[in-house]
Amino acid sequence: MQALVARYGGPITALMIFTSLVWVLGLLLLPQLTMIDYSFRPALPLAEIGGPKDVYTLENYTFLFGNAGFLTIFAKTIWSSILVTIAAFAICYPLAYYLARGTSIGRARLLIVALIIPYWINEILRTFAWMLILARGGLINMALMELGVIDQPIVFLGQTPTIVLGMVYAYVLFMVFPIYNVLDTLDKAQVEAARDLGAPWWCIHWRIALPHAKPGIAVGCISTFMLAAGSYAVPTILGGPQSRWFTEVIYSQFFEGMNWNRGAAFAFLLLLVCVTFIVIMMRLFRVSLGEVAK
Amino acid sequence: MNRLSSRVILRSFILLYLVAFFAYLFLPLLYMSAAAFNQSRFPATVPWQGFTLEWFDALLNDSMLWSSLGNSLLVGAGVVALSVPIGLNAALLLHLLQKRVRTLAYGVMVSPILMPGVILGISTLVFWRGFDVGGGWHLAVLAQTTFIASYCMMMFQARLQRLDPTWEEAALDLGASHFQVMRRIMLPFLAPTAIGAAVIAFLQSFENYNTTLFVYGSDRTLTIYLAGKVRVGLTPAVNALSVIFILLTVAAAVLFEWRRRAEARPAARPVPAKASLGRAAPVPAE
Repeated sequence: MQALVARYGGPITALMIFTSLVWVLGLLLLPQLTMIDYSFRPALPLAEIGGPKDVYTLENYTFLFGNAGFLTIFAKTIWSSILVTIAAFAICYPLAYYLARGTSIGRARLLIVALIIPYWINEILRTFAWMLILARGGLINMALMELGVIDQPIVFLGQTPTIVLGMVYAYVLFMVFPIYNVLDTLDKAQVEAARDLGAPWWCIHWRIALPHAKPGIAVGCISTFMLAAGSYAVPTILGGPQSRWFTEVIYSQFFEGMNWNRGAAFAFLLLLVCVTFIVIMMRLFRVSLGEVAK
Repeated sequence: MNRLSSRVILRSFILLYLVAFFAYLFLPLLYMSAAAFNQSRFPATVPWQGFTLEWFDALLNDSMLWSSLGNSLLVGAGVVALSVPIGLNAALLLHLLQKRVRTLAYGVMVSPILMPGVILGISTLVFWRGFDVGGGWHLAVLAQTTFIASYCMMMFQARLQRLDPTWEEAALDLGASHFQVMRRIMLPFLAPTAIGAAVIAFLQSFENYNTTLFVYGSDRTLTIYLAGKVRVGLTPAVNALSVIFILLTVAAAVLFEWRRRAEARPAARPVPAKASLGRAAPVPAE
């Protein structure tokens, strides 16, 4: 604190602290706490809020765990998001390694610009593209019928696997860049030494590249999982009534059921899932929060 | 098998994989874009029914589209106006905090990036209900600022790490006031980053969906409008709008990359996204 005042002077220090507090408290922590507070209160008509019935309760949470339909959606959302994360890692690790170690700097730069373009394109558009491809009269059905493989169009939309595929497509680049960034700092001499000593290629990855890439893998997995579990665009565009996502349930609590308290409870559960995932990843990959949020 | 032929096999595998990956990335977008120019009433590229620009024409007469664009610009301007100064102040503060406090403060300040966007929207909506404020463009600004300020803060912080502390010390020793140090040394040093942060903040705001979804009230932004159109009222006009979106994105990405390369030292490899976590567009590594 004294260092601050000495460096910036009293008024500027005060301004900096004030602005940061407005952000952290006013925009972040107090709204989060309000949401949590909401989640532990019953949904009451406006007149009864603050009245004798407005007491802390667990009913919004017990409701979820007593409702098989919602509980299934909750579990399916978590499980599918894990699948999305694993699939995204599997298809992009080779690319990240190739960009960082397998090619010339010039070509890597070119490919990275090519990756950045779709990375910047809105996820709604990326999902919409797949909707057109997978629709009843879409590209895949047309092609298969033309080839005589099927006589009836296959219904892709509204199925959970379709949503998983759509999410892999929408979020894969959030896995590529963090892994590329760490692999880029891998010392080439280590790989060459291992090769000279006779290590096969899989051993080089398992013992050298992957351990080095741990922080990047953790960041990539955390981002991808969070985006998948919190996605609303992909399940609403590619999904249907049979493939509801937990975010859709939350949304309907707010804007269809008008039960904000239950909605807040569900939202808090979603947040807890993401926090748990972050903690698990940090343990699994033995990285600190500082490395993750770098 | 000798070593040479196994290398050839490996190389062709890698090539195949690269081609497949980039085809996977781009072909769906090309297919969608092509449908914007097809005369068919449902957005599709096959069967091709003839080239037309009527779907772009339809956009011009879509008044909802224009009003949502207006809202997007308004929200974007608000987010830039809030998150750049917040990010700047927070980064300056972190810069001089003691290590333990700094780690904690930093963790809290980047946490919005690690949360699902819907949570930020919901908590903002619920919080402001307590003050009788309902959804609208102003809440969209506040909710988006919560996480966009984190990106701005990270960008300023990266820049501050390269600040030579002796500049400030010398200025203070020579009798400059704190305001003078701020105005003559710190702010000019941080100005290029402020421009970059403003651009990133605006783009993030413009394309935001998850957070805005809960707080826009009746002030639909362009992204919200687009998502609604995809779900109901789908015509190739949506593709036409997508084409415009994509072209603008490509232009922005190319411009940004070009600018960054002009600044970067020639020997350095490009670092596309130091802060590539969360729902980010790449934040340029300074």
